[in-house]
Amino acid sequence: MTWRPRLAEGTAPVLVVLLLLLVGLALAGPAYDEPSGYLALLKRAAPLMILAIGQYFVIVSGGFDLSVGALVTAGVVIAARLIDGDESATTPVILLVLGFGLLVGLVNGLITTKLLVPSFIVTLGMLLVLDGATFLWTDGAPRGALSAAFRTFGRGALDVPLLGEIPWSVLILLAILVAAALFMRSGTGRALVAAGDNEAAVRMSGGQVDRLRLLGFVLSGLLAAVAAILLGGFAGVSAQVGNGLEFRAITAVVLGGVLLGGGRGSVVAAAAGALSLEALFTLLNLLGVSGALESAVQGLIIIAAVAYASLGGGLRQRLRTRPKQRNTVQPAPS
Amino acid sequence: MTDVTPRVRLTGITKSFLGVPVLHGVDLDLRGGEVHAVMGENGAGKSTLLKVLAGVHRPDGGTIEVDGAPASFAGPTDAQRAGIAIIHQEFTLLPHRSVAENVYLGREPVRRMQVDRRRMVADTRDLLDWLGEDGIDPTDAVSSLSVAQRQVVEIVKALSTDARVLGMDEPTAALADHEVELLYDLVRRLRERGIAILYVSHRMREVFDLSDRITVLKDGRLVTCAPTGELTPEDLVRYMVGRDLGEYYPDRAAPGDLGPVRLALRGAGNARVRDLDLEVRAGEIVGLAGLQGSGRSALARAVFGVEPFTTGGLEVDGAVRRVTRPRTAVRLGIALVTEDRKGDGLALRQSVRDNTLLVRRAALGGRRARARSDVSRLLDLVTVVARGEHQEVRFLSGGNQQKVVLAKWLAVEPRVLLVDEPTRGIDVGAKRAVHELLRDLAKRGVAVLMISSELPELIGMSDRILVMHDGALAGELPAGASEGDVMALATGHTAGAAA
Amino acid sequence: MSILQQHTTARHTVRRPALRRRFTPVVVVYLALVALLVIGSVLVGVRGEVLLDQAGILNILTRSTALGLVAIGQTMVILTGSLDLSVAYLIGLTSLIAAETMAGQDGMVVPGVLLALAVAAAVGLVNGLVITVLKANAFIATLGVALILRGYLEDNYTGPAGDVPRGFQHLGYDRIGPLPVAALLMLAVAALAWWYLSRTRPGYHIYAVGGDIEVARLSGVPTRRVVVTAHVLCSLAAGLTGIYLASRLGSGAPYVGTDAGYDLESIAAVVLGGTLLAGGRGGVVGTIGGVLILATLDTIFDDLAVDPFFKDVVRGVVLVTAVALYARRMMADRTRGRLA
Repeated sequence: MTWRPRLAEGTAPVLVVLLLLLVGLALAGPAYDEPSGYLALLKRAAPLMILAIGQYFVIVSGGFDLSVGALVTAGVVIAARLIDGDESATTPVILLVLGFGLLVGLVNGLITTKLLVPSFIVTLGMLLVLDGATFLWTDGAPRGALSAAFRTFGRGALDVPLLGEIPWSVLILLAILVAAALFMRSGTGRALVAAGDNEAAVRMSGGQVDRLRLLGFVLSGLLAAVAAILLGGFAGVSAQVGNGLEFRAITAVVLGGVLLGGGRGSVVAAAAGALSLEALFTLLNLLGVSGALESAVQGLIIIAAVAYASLGGGLRQRLRTRPKQRNTVQPAPS
Repeated sequence: MTDVTPRVRLTGITKSFLGVPVLHGVDLDLRGGEVHAVMGENGAGKSTLLKVLAGVHRPDGGTIEVDGAPASFAGPTDAQRAGIAIIHQEFTLLPHRSVAENVYLGREPVRRMQVDRRRMVADTRDLLDWLGEDGIDPTDAVSSLSVAQRQVVEIVKALSTDARVLGMDEPTAALADHEVELLYDLVRRLRERGIAILYVSHRMREVFDLSDRITVLKDGRLVTCAPTGELTPEDLVRYMVGRDLGEYYPDRAAPGDLGPVRLALRGAGNARVRDLDLEVRAGEIVGLAGLQGSGRSALARAVFGVEPFTTGGLEVDGAVRRVTRPRTAVRLGIALVTEDRKGDGLALRQSVRDNTLLVRRAALGGRRARARSDVSRLLDLVTVVARGEHQEVRFLSGGNQQKVVLAKWLAVEPRVLLVDEPTRGIDVGAKRAVHELLRDLAKRGVAVLMISSELPELIGMSDRILVMHDGALAGELPAGASEGDVMALATGHTAGAAA
Repeated sequence: MSILQQHTTARHTVRRPALRRRFTPVVVVYLALVALLVIGSVLVGVRGEVLLDQAGILNILTRSTALGLVAIGQTMVILTGSLDLSVAYLIGLTSLIAAETMAGQDGMVVPGVLLALAVAAAVGLVNGLVITVLKANAFIATLGVALILRGYLEDNYTGPAGDVPRGFQHLGYDRIGPLPVAALLMLAVAALAWWYLSRTRPGYHIYAVGGDIEVARLSGVPTRRVVVTAHVLCSLAAGLTGIYLASRLGSGAPYVGTDAGYDLESIAAVVLGGTLLAGGRGGVVGTIGGVLILATLDTIFDDLAVDPFFKDVVRGVVLVTAVALYARRMMADRTRGRLA
């Protein structure tokens, strides 16, 4: 079999959309004549892309994670209060925030798989708990301040030879994206998707479906913590920093052609979906469309994306299967 | 007690699917107050005939008459209007709703804007009483009923449409033995009340116990139609299997090919099977025969740890093992090709490659899961025809899907291979390839336990045949045993038939 | 199977259902509510106050009214196996439409109400059609509609608008004895919904579609129509909520629905009330129980002067615990069904 470039089912549309948006940006804004403009876009998009990657792991294995927005807020608020401007606290607090995200994912996953509560409800409950607990602990308003070192990840840049200044968040995003893409090519990654597609088949193949899904939730929690660190640096400490991010991340994943309910879609496409969303908002902004309409446009495109996937995709499949049934004996293109 | 005009008369029914003829001019008539059994092997055309009657399939040729007048069904609703109702093998009930609500689903009687619950319950109770079923209350939730009682509800649902013709497709398949008796009773009562019943089954005992006439189909043709009293079980077996014996099967194992015992059961049992004693050696293919529900699949699932044995012992390569989940079984070198390849064999939206590597990745993980290079070798071995390794398996034909299932197990080099209906619903060419592959594996020292409802296949492939009946092993037959012998053991009709 | 075994299993199937029926989720919810009221009364009593005095009852019922109305609608869609994330923005939108149409004139009350309900019905129709015709997942479809509504609200409003005439504000504040009129109206809507779900044919079909859409279709139930109708009814309930809130606030407010989180909160109340998120089982009676529990919790915490954020934590824990308990019962049911 000859190798040829191949895209996971449902990936192509989002890449086309992304390309169009990037071209649109180049035409609309002078800032996008140079790579730095795109770099800034990427930097802005990094937290959402990371959240989308985390959400992807949960969705592709057949669940939902509604708790990530609240987790981002919690992460930022916790970090601000614990660091309280103390530079030396940066590293332990970062580790603590990551550990916290991991723990939240673990709890989500355990309740979903062991107590058989639908993940929608579990993570909704977690959202309420996190929102309440965070502010309970800080008496209602975020207190303290992040250290400069902490904020570097969200707003700083690293001087890379030949390439110039690359924002930290872009580097972190790329590292996560590459790791996620490699993970999804690994045995465990493929088994994760298979579990979202047909749980029984994975179990009957000797797989541990519960552990796989648990892993999805843990990764989602961990990546939400990473996004919190970047957003804390980028946007600063506020009680609203994570508001609505869970829905935005799910939107991005769906836009990337990932099937809600699991079993299909690629992690790169999910990240591309997130980048497309940010690019779209930027473009609308450049075109002078009121920021208020952003969400209306977002609403329209996700409905269109899902309708396209279920109607357009269905039609394509039907056309594709029919000739196959008639003649099963045909030379293998090996 | 039978009417002169048949309730339904089918004449010269032909039907093809994608150019493959399934029925060649079949005649059938159903009279009121009669149980008419239709028998035949898998693929004989029984279910297709039933679906033609139900209006699910439109025949390509032939005529349908209802009460002497020509009829044509555009869909199931038309057949229903003509008084024909079919009870399918799968249940069509909502577990959380009451019996009455299920019976009248979609046709609820309405009075003054409200569903007339009183009437619905009363009518359902009438129907239940009419059938003599007083153990079921119309207000019970279906989820609180036993499987047999649910079947009764299905029948009541069918009757509530004023059906006078009832088609039943393997109605005892899901029932336990004592429940079968209840169903018998019910069918007899329906007959007494003048309903015409088409009873599709391949259980000898049922057919002789219940039916007034028997029609035998073979390869889509009518072989015979005669009153039950004029037929013996031996006749039926002959009618059903009388075929060209020109089919080719790979050579059997020579005595010297057999190796040590790979899989052994010592008095093993659980809720579905009991007292199982058997050994399968390296290098042999042991056939496991039995009717649906006899416990063949339950045996395989128990060995594989899906519904583990609760008594007795299981030995793999001479060591006593406790297998309580599939993962353990896989790691011990046991593989199970299940009968439901779409339900629990394949992840249909994943690629051929991902499915091939599914077991290796899911059960073994880590470093052993890597070795990617040999996927194409495996696929060549099982001769999968696909556009490429990255094609999703749902786009493959049934035969190629089954080959992928086999490939996914070959990828972990099992020592014990359990195959349940390995060639169901696949074409002749693929069937042959699967047969050769199984024999090839046996030659390489795999112990193969093969379940099949297709007797020629089972007999053609097996080095010896174990027959199950009612959850236990009923006997063992040597290679090349006759179909009559197998059927006799499987139907529990032991006396005389083996001669 | 021996004769003896047959007898014991037979007796099980006869006796167990009766016991089960006594402890349906609805009963559990109301028992929990009673327990909560008792414990709450004791805790509040320790502080020398009374939980269920006139003010306390008023407080619980007022808190229940808006959430109750939304949750009644949400029950309908969840029972069909769908869900609606657009209700929160729809509440804001309808409050504005009602208040702006009324514009302080008593004569415009009826047109205002009707217009708000018409818009609500249209939004429900869109939700239903996107789900059934475009075959979009309900989560995404209603999220998309929610975002569109949000965009409209953000683009056109920055704060409260419109003016509800004094006469109409009576709806929000009048009482009959200790009972607020609006709460009674909400209970009347609940009774109507209960009747619709448990007594009418379309109601039966809602359960059938949520239970198993294939079985429903094969039995001749018009499944698409059932889903669309449920969404229209859900949106109408959200519209009523918007109108009620407008009457209480005296004007329309774009974020009155989202600030209270009525989208997720209503789903939580429905699920807390014992309705299966996957559909096909549950009902309005349980939902009202779930709403009352949430309202009572709030009231108790207020009386105890507990930090408001603690409420969210308790809510989350209560929600997940309740659903975990229901899931265990379902599992028990299923194993029993298999063995029977």
